[in-house]
Amino acid sequence: MFLLQSEPLPAAGDLLPAGDHACGGVVVFEGRVRDHHEGRAVVALEYEAYEELARREGERIVAEARARFAPARVAAAHRHGRLELGEAAVVVVAASPHRHEAFAACRWVIDRIKDSLPVWKREHYADGTSAWVACGCHHEGDTR
Amino acid sequence: MKVTVRYFAALRDAAGTAREDVEGPFVTAADLWAWLGSRHVLGMASESLRVSVNAAYVPWTTALAAGDEVAFIPPVSGG
Repeated sequence: MFLLQSEPLPAAGDLLPAGDHACGGVVVFEGRVRDHHEGRAVVALEYEAYEELARREGERIVAEARARFAPARVAAAHRHGRLELGEAAVVVVAASPHRHEAFAACRWVIDRIKDSLPVWKREHYADGTSAWVACGCHHEGDTR
Repeated sequence: MKVTVRYFAALRDAAGTAREDVEGPFVTAADLWAWLGSRHVLGMASESLRVSVNAAYVPWTTALAAGDEVAFIPPVSGG
């Protein structure tokens, strides 16, 4: 399952149905809003998503993880809109009979989400300015 | 042909709009990007972008059809 929503994300335990007693290992990754980035104080983040493509790509990532890391079961959720410090922007949960596949699947999913989910983060800084993260565009005065 | 273009994040800021309906002689997604470059200062090279048609990632060489929704995807920063 892959969820994309503007509301606060469900707890990891609600993303994967409980009661599968075959799964002895459950790994959760939660990406939370951090108070700094490249030396600047961050006060909030805003995530924008191309919703139709993000839902499709999120489902594709979860399905591929289940195929690669079978028998692990995987679910993930990403939030969009404005998030305050400490709030969860993304949750990935993987459950498997043994821990190896659960760790591997969880890590793979968050890495793929960061590579390809059509979601963009705008940081709001303590000095009142804001900027898209790693926007790839040419700014005057860029030295990289 | 007529297609709808959607812009997100830094590209939306550059284009000044989240979406526009355009009509022109473009055939592929790459053609459309080049054609849009003559209308807007978009400030990004196609090498930095991905392209989607009807909410699916596609190669730049994909031929467009009338009524397609095309989005140029700036470097993502989710997660």
